[in-house]
Amino acid sequence: MRLPPYADLLGLSIEAGEGSPVLVMPFDEVRLSGRPGFLHGGAIGGLLEMAAIVALHHALGDDGTRIKPVNLTVDYMRGGRAKATRAQGIIRRLGTRIANVDATAWQDDPDKPIAAARQTFLLVRPSSPASA
Amino acid sequence: MSLPFHPRMFFEGRVQGHGHAVGIRYRDHGDDWAELELPYDPRLIGEQATGVIASGPILTLMDMATSVAAWLKRGRFVPHATLDLRIDYLRAARPGETVVGRGECYRVTRSIAFVRGHAHDGDPADPLAHVAGTFMLTEG
Repeated sequence: MRLPPYADLLGLSIEAGEGSPVLVMPFDEVRLSGRPGFLHGGAIGGLLEMAAIVALHHALGDDGTRIKPVNLTVDYMRGGRAKATRAQGIIRRLGTRIANVDATAWQDDPDKPIAAARQTFLLVRPSSPASA
Repeated sequence: MSLPFHPRMFFEGRVQGHGHAVGIRYRDHGDDWAELELPYDPRLIGEQATGVIASGPILTLMDMATSVAAWLKRGRFVPHATLDLRIDYLRAARPGETVVGRGECYRVTRSIAFVRGHAHDGDPADPLAHVAGTFMLTEG
């Protein structure tokens, strides 16, 4: 899939692999830092959101469904250091109109996340009345 | 020892960082609140077909507006870390419009600052996002 301009601003790329796609965000002091030497919480949140959206695109296939974010809760667990950060979305429920997706971001060890998010999305299917 | 905190100087002196990269600017502030703005920029688009900006930059805007509000409430620039932030997207931001984010710090304890805020794109009575969150002191 093609990532939107905002993903380019974050410097994101998709890592090849099985299952839900993993996004990689290399550290960039100029574009991504908050306090010097650390990732900005907004950049981490943006990465988590993109990971969730990419996971949904992956699950839906190229079916034209629009994915609209309803809400997002991010828990920040560790400071994001000056190194590459990865994130992956895990779909908890994919319904007709609503999808619930969790996403985690980590640096060295996937079992020690730096942040995690719970997200709700509204799905606007090509055939549904809401898409008209 | 700490210097008094001036949000205007904080933003106008910045030449790098994520807030600067997405184009966030100072707008206004009070004793426990701050207003920042995020001008529309094609680099922020999250959905190519509509030109609507991604929600990530709005999250960044609100993280910063509520951060500044916490520093204002405390009366000094003390290091803190975002513990959690929840955002409800009430509607999409209008392509071409500047998004205004207002953050408020409504309570501070020895360790935690409690914040809330909203974002709009011209009419404060028609918000596009609401946020609630907490920050934790990282030293002092």
